[in-house]
Amino acid sequence: MIQADLTVILPEIVLAVYAMVALLGAVYTTKDGVAPLLVWTTSGLMAVLAIWIATSGNGTNVAFNGMFVDDGFARFAKVAILLSAAAVLVMSQDYMNRRGLLRFEYPLLVALAAVGMMMMVSAGDLMALYMGLELQSLALYVVAALRRDSVKSTEAGLKYFVLGALSSGLLLYGASLVYGFSGTTLFSGIIQTAKHGELSVGMLFGLIFLISGLAFKVSAVPFHMWTPDVYEGSPTPITAFFATAPKVAAMALFARLMHDAFGAAVKDWQQVIVLLSVLSMFLGAIAAIGQRDIKRLMAFSSIAHMGYALIGLAAGTELGVKSMLMYLAIYVTMNVGTFAFILMMERDGQPVTDIEALRQYGRREPGKALAVLILMFSLAGVPPMLGFFAKYGVWQAGVQADLTGLVIASAVASVIGAFYYLRIVFYMYFGEEPEEALDTHSSPILWAALMGSAALMLVGVVYQFGIEGAAAAAAATLVN
Amino acid sequence: MIGLEHYLTVAATLFVIGIFGLFLNRKNVIILLMSIELMLLAVNINLVAFSSFLGDLVGQVFTLFVLTVAAAEAAIGLAILVCFFRNRGTIAVEDINVMKG
Repeated sequence: MIQADLTVILPEIVLAVYAMVALLGAVYTTKDGVAPLLVWTTSGLMAVLAIWIATSGNGTNVAFNGMFVDDGFARFAKVAILLSAAAVLVMSQDYMNRRGLLRFEYPLLVALAAVGMMMMVSAGDLMALYMGLELQSLALYVVAALRRDSVKSTEAGLKYFVLGALSSGLLLYGASLVYGFSGTTLFSGIIQTAKHGELSVGMLFGLIFLISGLAFKVSAVPFHMWTPDVYEGSPTPITAFFATAPKVAAMALFARLMHDAFGAAVKDWQQVIVLLSVLSMFLGAIAAIGQRDIKRLMAFSSIAHMGYALIGLAAGTELGVKSMLMYLAIYVTMNVGTFAFILMMERDGQPVTDIEALRQYGRREPGKALAVLILMFSLAGVPPMLGFFAKYGVWQAGVQADLTGLVIASAVASVIGAFYYLRIVFYMYFGEEPEEALDTHSSPILWAALMGSAALMLVGVVYQFGIEGAAAAAAATLVN
Repeated sequence: MIGLEHYLTVAATLFVIGIFGLFLNRKNVIILLMSIELMLLAVNINLVAFSSFLGDLVGQVFTLFVLTVAAAEAAIGLAILVCFFRNRGTIAVEDINVMKG
């Protein structure tokens, strides 16, 4: 029995044991001297685990009496989480190294956060959900404050910690109410209680608190206020990490909780998610217009993108979950490329985040500028790029679920949002000559990430590497 | 006779005091940490009360997990706070304003 349980969670165990052994190893040897090696081994291990999870698993395996569920949905999310975390780690090496930030804790904290995220997407119980979420959050609070001697970085860590702890408290209060009124913490038990007609008032309260807590983690409006500050204050590679894997994990957890535990009462949570989605899309689009700092801009961009992904969840159907997964996969790919570019933005070796610095970039570096143009068009959702098809997918699911109003609102928001993506493109090609140009050198890894991501935005339209099929299969295992 | 609803009322009151402590407090970050702790402990009262009422042990197991995580969370919060104090020389809430958000 225990043997079978442990086999199901073997990938998580491998990653957790690796992180602890590597931590001890680094402490007892050269400490930060082994950091570059650890970055490579950690991202290598994550890539191997991703391939293992993608190829090995089939069917739905349940461990520990239903507390841990390994199904197609969890595997899809885990592969996305592990691959994006590995990509961000590799990308960050050069940046961190040159600024003396490459401490051995960094790759290990990312690995532990990844273990937490894998727990989150596989949770089948409120306790497993909470433990996974906290493992991820605690690791993220620390990496946000990784640059200990910088006011901005520690302030970002502090803000993230206080608001993150508040959201955990809300989530936990909701969990306690749901436990009290359903008599169980297992999702499979909670859905049985909900099946007898309507949710009781206590359950409804619990559900609202749970949704508020999770909305914090996916940075949906009105629980978004930490996002711009944390994105701006954290070192750029860590911002890149925040914008990718944790977003996938939190959205996947959101979908799992709603469908596995409250799938019988779609009408009760649908309206709340529709509201979160509309507010996120509009605030993300409008508040970003005044931003000059590209990291703050990406923060509002991620708020808006989470709004679009929430349309898929609000639909409450299998097609909705499928389109949400597709959206997240495409969003993560776009963000990896965009942040690879932001990491390359330097002047005399110092990082620059002001978008004015990009003026006339297209004339000096036509190749990279073209890649950024493709990524910006894709983020904005301009038709020939993959980003458009991601939006089209969630719109389709929304229309099918009779949420036409929401779909129209999101189309309006995406037009408003296109302005600030296109402004970056405008600066690159038509802006005035800047006084000081950005450095032209770049690391081959960042270049490859930028070009690869941009190429995927074009190639993906024709051939999607089987992601669509995998997402459909993943959605089918969650919604039934 | 003290019933379940009394425990739930106390827990809800403590939880709300915790939330207000987070938002209304303008003095000191340590008070924020105390408010967070108060919220988590209110949840624990809830869980234990439900557990006893339902005759189900899961709630108390959950409480132990929450206590453990709360300890880790406080440790990390204080560590970040120490780093922040070294850079800014203050832990007043109104001084956490290098970035406007």
